[in-house]
Amino acid sequence: MTAMESITLKKLKEKFPDSIVDTHSFRGDETATVKKEKIIEICKFLRDDNELLYNFMMDLTAVDYYGREPRFEVVYHFYSLKYNRRVRLKVPVPESDCTVDSIISVWIGADWFEREAYDLYGIIFNGHPNLKRILLYEGFEGHPLRKDYPVRGRQPLIGPKN
Amino acid sequence: MGIINSQQSAVGSLQSGEEQILGSSVLLTKLDAIVGWGRKYSFFLYPFVTACCGMEFMSLAGPRYDLDRFGAALPRFSPRQADLLFVVGTISHKQAPILVKVYNQMTEPKWVFSFGVCATSGGFYDNYATVQGIDTLIPVDVYVPGCPPRPEMVIDGLLKLQQKVAKEKWSDWPRGEAPVTKNK
Repeated sequence: MTAMESITLKKLKEKFPDSIVDTHSFRGDETATVKKEKIIEICKFLRDDNELLYNFMMDLTAVDYYGREPRFEVVYHFYSLKYNRRVRLKVPVPESDCTVDSIISVWIGADWFEREAYDLYGIIFNGHPNLKRILLYEGFEGHPLRKDYPVRGRQPLIGPKN
Repeated sequence: MGIINSQQSAVGSLQSGEEQILGSSVLLTKLDAIVGWGRKYSFFLYPFVTACCGMEFMSLAGPRYDLDRFGAALPRFSPRQADLLFVVGTISHKQAPILVKVYNQMTEPKWVFSFGVCATSGGFYDNYATVQGIDTLIPVDVYVPGCPPRPEMVIDGLLKLQQKVAKEKWSDWPRGEAPVTKNK
């Protein structure tokens, strides 16, 4: 049973020995922390390998570990409809180079997720065809889910008291 | 009651001879009073519904609480045909220009009803995305807090608005457009 569950991580480590920074497995929840340079290749491998077939990109979001280096982490959740398996990828992103490659070429559904992460965290997704704000409006300054965004920060766009 | 009072005072100022001639077939009053009386019983709502308060508004407009009893029954879904703007729910900064535009499209005289605590003050959405009260955008006549407000509170607010409208004068209108601050 354990061997079945960790096949994803095992294959990942075999295929990308230099890019997998860390793995974690707990009661069927599998997590791999990977370097951002190889994210597209890793995603393609997860999607296309016959024993993995993670054909469904469930979620893409980001986390701000303010004060830690690297500061950001982009988190991916993939699901294999064929094998009923899930995997989580974490990609550390430093503040100094706040970019990561877009995975739209692998799953086109990543489009709006990446725009949301850009909107709220300010992470640039290289290769995204239409990287603009999705929830907030054009003209909003800053990225409000960053931990250093002021709690009382208001955007002086409309109305005298806002 | 306002119209009857003003009618009595107007009648009281007549000469006794005129009163005898006109009798009960003519009703004398002040123009302000009769217009205010007409307006306060014929509100045409524009429901600007953005959030969960909308469900409460539907119950209010439905048969159980029956806003029709107060002459404010018919929601008009064009601002050109409405004179009472019901702002029902949270207004985000992204939505703010739309609200101001709808307000400016309404013909005067017009009134604004802030339905629920989010429209009134932002409520617990004290954050980067939410307008902290629609009175930062447009003039508001009645605030009804509550999350959501009970229908009785809204009816009470509507009665308060009726009292206010009945007291208005010709010179109170028009008031002009709400100022719109363009994006920087």
